[in-house]
Amino acid sequence: MADQELDASGLNCPLPILRAKKALGGMEAGQILHIIATDPGSVKDFEAFAKQTGNELISSGEEGGKFVFDIKKS
Amino acid sequence: MSDEKKLAIIATKGSLDWAYPPFILASTAAALGYETQIFFTFYGLQLLRKRLALEVTPLGNPGMPMPMGMDKWFPVLGTTLPGMQAMMTMMMKKKMADKGVASIDDLRSLCLEAEVKFVACQMTVDLFDMDTADFISDVEYGGAATFFEFAGETDICLYI
Repeated sequence: MADQELDASGLNCPLPILRAKKALGGMEAGQILHIIATDPGSVKDFEAFAKQTGNELISSGEEGGKFVFDIKKS
Repeated sequence: MSDEKKLAIIATKGSLDWAYPPFILASTAAALGYETQIFFTFYGLQLLRKRLALEVTPLGNPGMPMPMGMDKWFPVLGTTLPGMQAMMTMMMKKKMADKGVASIDDLRSLCLEAEVKFVACQMTVDLFDMDTADFISDVEYGGAATFFEFAGETDICLYI
C-alpha cells in the first residue's frame, strides 16, 4: 500500500518529476509514493529518475489509460 | 570537490520558446541531485525580469509549426504584419496551458525553490543599460571568470 499519492495527470515534462521529487522530500525512508501521470514521456523519465536518485521504482504500469508508478524512498 | 554532480547552463536567448530549455533542464537536474547554475547573458537576461514579457516569432524560423496550416498558405512576409507576433505568442501560450506545459514563471520559481543559482552577466546589463531593479532579486552579477569558477568543475555544461 502506498503511503502517499501524487496525481500528476495532465501535467507535462518536467512537472511530474519535479512534483514527485517534492513529495518524496516530505516522506520517510522506506515509504512508498504512488504516482499517477498522463504524460507518456513519464514512463522512461521515472525509470531514469529512480536510477539517478537512488529511490527504487517498485512498479510501473498502465491503469485505465493512465500511467502509474510506485516509488520507494531511499 | 564534492561528489555531487554539477550542471552549468549558459542562457543566451530571450524568446518564449527558447526560455524553456534552460529552466526545464535546470529544474530537472536539481531534482536529480545536481548542483546547478545558469549564467544569463545577452538576450537571456530577459528571462530574469520580474514581469516576464516573452514572445515567440515565426520570423526566420521555418521549423515553427503554424496553426491552421498557416505556414502553407501564408507567405513569409505575412508573418511580419503588425500584431502577428502577439497573436502567435497568445496561441503558443494557450497551447502550452492546454497541454499541461508549465509557464516560464512557474519553472523559474521551481528552479529557485530547488536552489538553482542564477548569475547575470554584468557586462550585458551595462551594455544594454538594463535596470537591475526590473530583475528578480535572486540573482548574482558576474562575468566570464565567475562563470568558469563553477563551470570548470561541472559534469555537464550547456550553451543554449
